[in-house]
Amino acid sequence: MTNKDNDEKTYLFDNPRNVSYLLRGFYIICALLFIADFIVHRHTYHPWENLPGFYAIYGLVACVILVLISTEIRKIVMRKEDYYDVDE
Amino acid sequence: MWMNNLPPFIPFFIAALLVLVTRGQLRNIILVATPLIGGLHLWFDVQPHVPLIVTEGLAVTNNISYTTNIFSYTLEFMRVDKLSLLFGYLFHIAALMAAIYALHIRDTVQQVAGLIYAGSALGAVFAGDLITLFIFWEILAISSVFLIWARRTERAIKAGIRYLIFQVMSGVLLLAGALMYFHQTGTTTFDFIGVESAAGWLILLAFGIKAAFPFLHNWLTDAYPEATPTGTVYLSAFSTKLAIYALARGYPGTEFLIYVGAAMACFPIFYAVIENDLRRVLAYSMINQLGFMVVGIGIGTALALNGTVAHAFAHIIYKSLLFMSMGAVLYRVNNINGSDLGGLYKSMPWTATFCIIGAASISAFPLFSGFIAKSLIMVATLQEGYEIIWLMLLFAAAGVFHHAGIKVPYFAFFHHDSGIRTQEAPANMLVAMSIAAFLCLFIGMQPQYLYALLPWHMDYWPYDLTHVLAQLQLLFFSALAFVWLNKQGLYPPELRSVNIDIEWSYRKLLPAVGRAGFNLMNSVNHAMTQLLQNSWRSFQQSLRTGRFAKYHLTESWPTGSMVLWIGVMLGGYLVMNALT
Repeated sequence: MTNKDNDEKTYLFDNPRNVSYLLRGFYIICALLFIADFIVHRHTYHPWENLPGFYAIYGLVACVILVLISTEIRKIVMRKEDYYDVDE
Repeated sequence: MWMNNLPPFIPFFIAALLVLVTRGQLRNIILVATPLIGGLHLWFDVQPHVPLIVTEGLAVTNNISYTTNIFSYTLEFMRVDKLSLLFGYLFHIAALMAAIYALHIRDTVQQVAGLIYAGSALGAVFAGDLITLFIFWEILAISSVFLIWARRTERAIKAGIRYLIFQVMSGVLLLAGALMYFHQTGTTTFDFIGVESAAGWLILLAFGIKAAFPFLHNWLTDAYPEATPTGTVYLSAFSTKLAIYALARGYPGTEFLIYVGAAMACFPIFYAVIENDLRRVLAYSMINQLGFMVVGIGIGTALALNGTVAHAFAHIIYKSLLFMSMGAVLYRVNNINGSDLGGLYKSMPWTATFCIIGAASISAFPLFSGFIAKSLIMVATLQEGYEIIWLMLLFAAAGVFHHAGIKVPYFAFFHHDSGIRTQEAPANMLVAMSIAAFLCLFIGMQPQYLYALLPWHMDYWPYDLTHVLAQLQLLFFSALAFVWLNKQGLYPPELRSVNIDIEWSYRKLLPAVGRAGFNLMNSVNHAMTQLLQNSWRSFQQSLRTGRFAKYHLTESWPTGSMVLWIGVMLGGYLVMNALT
């Protein structure tokens, strides 16, 4: 393990432009996927699946809720790293 | 090649002995050749003579050979049907990848333990009766703990002991259940067991410990991240998937398992989001994946059971791949905490690439192996009308992408640059990871080969436009949630910490209760002693001040008076003797 300083080469994501390109591409794909729901004829197993954008909205909401609940859980369950190593 | 019905564990056990007496290249050849040749033999020479048939309760007929007797029980070492054969192939693949991944180490303990561990998993899969299953169940437990202890840290040794307690408990329950089952039914054959009897529940509990059912799960997240970088790759493949195999054979269609599985799929993802040790994140996501399989077993239709088996197959490979990539980071950097890593794609680009392939597979991206396996379980759940369970699994599917698919590669290889510069993983690790990555993609793109191996007949093809679109929407918008939360600063940062789980009850509460109980007993003991001493003292005092005090005997016992009294007693005996 060595720490090189400023003379090292610039990597792909060191350039903030590349990161913003990546994100922009990602947003466009998300938008296209959402729109596709209204264009493509789908064979579904269940009426819920026919709601436009069902999977997209479910995925988005599920993950936001997941993270927000986890943050709350963390307040209850988080302890110091050596919690189990010391006797109180 | 050799006799067709030679149980596959025998070459592994022999190889373990050979490893003890060999060194260097020869030992390496033995380590790699054993799973390779064993697997090829199984593939080309061993056929299931009687196929599995689907009847009510999915009863299984099979071909049994190679038996021996111990006490009054018949041990069946080689029961070959499509279910055991599929897991046989799978365990050989896993053993081969793990062996190649561990080639650089010079640690006899780990190498011997790895071979015995893989061999006993194979022995258990081909076991035709519960007593044989129990024997391999115990060998599996004992051999695997050495992969944890081989880390040789105090934490690892303690975690290993806790792990062993759970595993042995599982074995004891299995034996008790098997003996009860024998007395009730007159047979120990390992087929459908069901939960109609107490014996059935005991065996289910034994399997449940190994499968990391909720509240029984903590040995997994406790011990796996403490094992050596290579040991965890072995561990992730065998124990829990053996439990899935055993559940699929003994308890298909047990409705109770649907709810257990749904709980397993959902609760670990909350922990995974806030966990800092990235191998522990993977351990939590493993429980989540096992949850999908357990739901499939609970539903118990041909489609669902095929889904479970296919998912186990895909899961072992991509989970090994993820543990291998994190093991490589741990090996190079000596740290696996999300809080301390970042930017490693610069020094370990291949490891990062393989990790992303594993992450895409576990997240069930189309064209990756998780997609073609998880779909079967999801569709079966919906077809059988378990809508709430289906929604829970969908939530779990989004969640697993969130923590295993994005969090693990992101915090290890990207995120902010931690300044750590290291080397790419050793060549043998890269070879093992590339085999796993190839299989993830091959199974994902050409699922017909895996589907042809599945035990039960089904008519399903995962690649239709609706399904692919739905899955892509789910995943991309989950990723969008990650991006948005990160930009808003709402994403919980990686912090050096531990999160208390059910293990708190036996690592903190129980010792505290024990200590309190000990202290209480100690003080009761002290108080009682005081009381007795005081009353004795006051009794003596009363004698000393009483009327008999002048005879002196009550105060002190000089030798002379003792001799006198002994003389009196002996005389008394003599008189009594003469009278009788």
